[in-house]
Amino acid sequence: MSNNVLIRDAVKRYGDFTALNGVSLDIQEGEFFTLLGPSGCGKTTLLRMIAGFNSIEGGDFYFGENRINDMPAHKRDIGMVFQNYAIFPHLTVQENVAYGLKARSVPKPEIKKRVADALELVQIAHLATRKPSELSGGQQQRVALARAFVVEPSVLLMDEPLSNLDAKLRVQMRSVIKKLQRRLGITTIYVTHDQEEALAISDRIAVMKEGRIMQIGTPDEIYAKPENPFVAGFIGVSNFLECAVGSGADARAKVSIKGELELEMHLKRPFSGKGMLSARPEQLFFAKDGMPGKTLYSTFLGDFIEYEVQLDDGQNLIVNEYTKDTSVIHPVGESVRIRFDPERVSLYEAETGEVLSR
Amino acid sequence: MKKLAQKRFKPDFWFVTKATLLLALCVFIVYPFYTILTKSVFSTKVEGITLYNFVRFFTKPYYYTTLLHSLVVCLSTVLLATAIGVPIAYLMTRYNIAGKRILHIFIIMSLMSPPFIGAYSWIILLGRNGLIAKLFSTIGMTAPTIYGRNGIIFVFMLHLFPYIYLYTSGAMNGIDSSLEEAAENLGMSKLRRIWTVTLPVILPSILAGCIMVFMTSLADFGTPMLLGEGYTVLPVLVYNEYMSESAVNPNMASALSVVIVVCSLLVLTFQKLVVDRKNYMMSSLRPPQEVQLKGAKRFWASFPVYFITFLAFLPQIVVVCQSFVERSFSGVVQGINLSNYQAMMKRLSTNITNTYVFSIVAIVFIVIIGILASYILVRKKGKVATLIDSLIMFPYVIPGSVLGIGLIIAFNRKPIILVGTAAIMIISYIIRKIPYTVRSGSAFLYQMDPYIEEASINLGVSPIKTFFTVTARMMLPGILSGAVLSWITCINELSSSIMLYSGKTSTIAVAIYQEVTRMSDGTAAALATILTVTTIISLLIVFRLTKGKVKIV
Repeated sequence: MSNNVLIRDAVKRYGDFTALNGVSLDIQEGEFFTLLGPSGCGKTTLLRMIAGFNSIEGGDFYFGENRINDMPAHKRDIGMVFQNYAIFPHLTVQENVAYGLKARSVPKPEIKKRVADALELVQIAHLATRKPSELSGGQQQRVALARAFVVEPSVLLMDEPLSNLDAKLRVQMRSVIKKLQRRLGITTIYVTHDQEEALAISDRIAVMKEGRIMQIGTPDEIYAKPENPFVAGFIGVSNFLECAVGSGADARAKVSIKGELELEMHLKRPFSGKGMLSARPEQLFFAKDGMPGKTLYSTFLGDFIEYEVQLDDGQNLIVNEYTKDTSVIHPVGESVRIRFDPERVSLYEAETGEVLSR
Repeated sequence: MKKLAQKRFKPDFWFVTKATLLLALCVFIVYPFYTILTKSVFSTKVEGITLYNFVRFFTKPYYYTTLLHSLVVCLSTVLLATAIGVPIAYLMTRYNIAGKRILHIFIIMSLMSPPFIGAYSWIILLGRNGLIAKLFSTIGMTAPTIYGRNGIIFVFMLHLFPYIYLYTSGAMNGIDSSLEEAAENLGMSKLRRIWTVTLPVILPSILAGCIMVFMTSLADFGTPMLLGEGYTVLPVLVYNEYMSESAVNPNMASALSVVIVVCSLLVLTFQKLVVDRKNYMMSSLRPPQEVQLKGAKRFWASFPVYFITFLAFLPQIVVVCQSFVERSFSGVVQGINLSNYQAMMKRLSTNITNTYVFSIVAIVFIVIIGILASYILVRKKGKVATLIDSLIMFPYVIPGSVLGIGLIIAFNRKPIILVGTAAIMIISYIIRKIPYTVRSGSAFLYQMDPYIEEASINLGVSPIKTFFTVTARMMLPGILSGAVLSWITCINELSSSIMLYSGKTSTIAVAIYQEVTRMSDGTAAALATILTVTTIISLLIVFRLTKGKVKIV
């Protein structure tokens, strides 16, 4: 049976260093949930706390109704895929996959059948009798995957499972994992530092930084409406622009970027003071009036052209223009003006990073 | 409240193992050395605690000259072994020496052979009735003598240069060839390249080899005992002192032991402070290419390696040949037959049985303790693990005769009386030889992926069961290749056995020593052949198991 996972105020300390500072998550049954963040943000620490390999200094961990804080790791009924796969080198592929079933005292004929099914599912049935040393990275990855889900765990944990594969295989295994998870419906918690991978694979993502959760949401929510500058900068590419904000009581605000561009925005709440705008490269466009600058560099990337534009005040912006929308390539050194749609970009309070835009 | 306290203290398997191990180490290592220390500050001649023994040591030439002798022998050995070992390592790693893999095995074999067999063989060749000595006298010349200082240094040098060779060639194979190419690219000539880049980079490894040579030659008892003839070094003095004093009150022997231990610790401190700090971390992406020599050049590059390897291995050949030669009491050759072996079986079969039984029992303990200790050292790091590590490694650098004395004076009185039993022999083997296994096992475990264990636990197998079914199983190659070294050194062990044996617990090594001093060369050669053959077979097994990648150092 798959389970929902509830984490309340998880705390992890290593001596004086606080690796996790009160993290709470509510993961639905059958959900593909990703912990995303730069290295050292605490995502692997949290995953290993769930697995039972790290001690829990504070907070409560629940699988369904059961509090698992004090449950030893081998009784938690979790499947885990390790970053380096951790395949038992002395066992064959099928022995590796059968290992967890044996530990659960599943009858032999059933073990045989379930192992065969699992290997079939990850498409390595023909490798059943091989030793791990005779497998490629991608094949080992499939063994690790089969070994983890064959026991039908209540929760499946994956710790950067694709980071040791080459780029092409990574994309391929990504869809293998996602399809498999959909099909089996096992609640899955996935750790990665690769934002593209997280966006591609997850139902929901928790973006983490320095032991805290910065935002939880679906991939499109996180990409389109980052709740703070950190998420805006970490997920995808963002251009940050300082601005002055002045709003009336109705939360309609005038936003001025260095006096060169004035726009109106709807805010969540009235605010006047220093702001920070964040705009994706595809949210910026060339226009007749706007922030003046000149193109520094252009890169043709097939479906779009990426421009590096230096504004007259010296700040550099990345602007993407899609080839389907234009047939002109701006020459380097051309004077241009840049604008954006104020309802689509994000605005933050400069000091606190609190999101102001709706 | 009571419930909480109970919950906090839950002695798990590893807690019990650590506690048991620590207790055993305290009883069999700390306690004997503590006893040595306390004995050394008492004397029958002076009341109460006194430095009398130490004062006597540093004022009487009879005593302090042995310290000087030991230092002269050790330093000369280090210099000569380096002078041979480094060039051989360079030739072997950089040039296509013919049959280098076999040569490598022979060099390792000569290192692992019992040290005193080297001394004994050279007596057969260059001793008073030696073959070469006689050859020289028939043409009216005098062969250089093998006795005394120079003989000891000569035998040590041939026996111990492999340490330098192994450490150096290990480092040379680890150098990324781009380092030397960079030097070449910057315009350095070949010799200056070796001098300015290669040598400085491998220097820490050479020094580590030097320390091994120094420690081993400082601790060795058999060679200087057989060859010294008046040139007494420290371990021999310890033995003589101990044998001459009454066993109840061996204060001077204890004081000498303290002096040796201090010397060893000084060298180790030097290593920790100087050598270890200098070690370079290198990423060897491209190991250096072997230069392909042809014709005469190849011959002249190979010749020195063959010559030295032959000299180092010669003792093994000599004893085996000698064992089939029957001689009369006056040394005249009677024929080539098995009479030496018959005599040996008649008189000394107990020694043979003892050697194998003691060593097998010791090895069983060594393997079991070795697996547990390696695991604690690598995976259960902490203060206790560090303490266990230092205690286990301590006997590695302490001469066997010192350990022997420690065990005798600690266990010849209540509460535990072990002197004269087989148990004390086995215990001395375990504590002296377990470092090989623990080193090899923990090095192996360091390279083992820790997530493998977690994967097993995660799949529902309890940590203890995981340890026995997965971890221990996977550690086995590392443990076994260490255990073979422990085994070889067990069967060849002389310096502590000679202190601890009684009539019923005598071993082959002890018998060889006694037979040689009794001038009964034939049986000694037969016994030595048994040891040599066992050593070689064991080594070949370990080469086979590890596919030639055995790490001796």
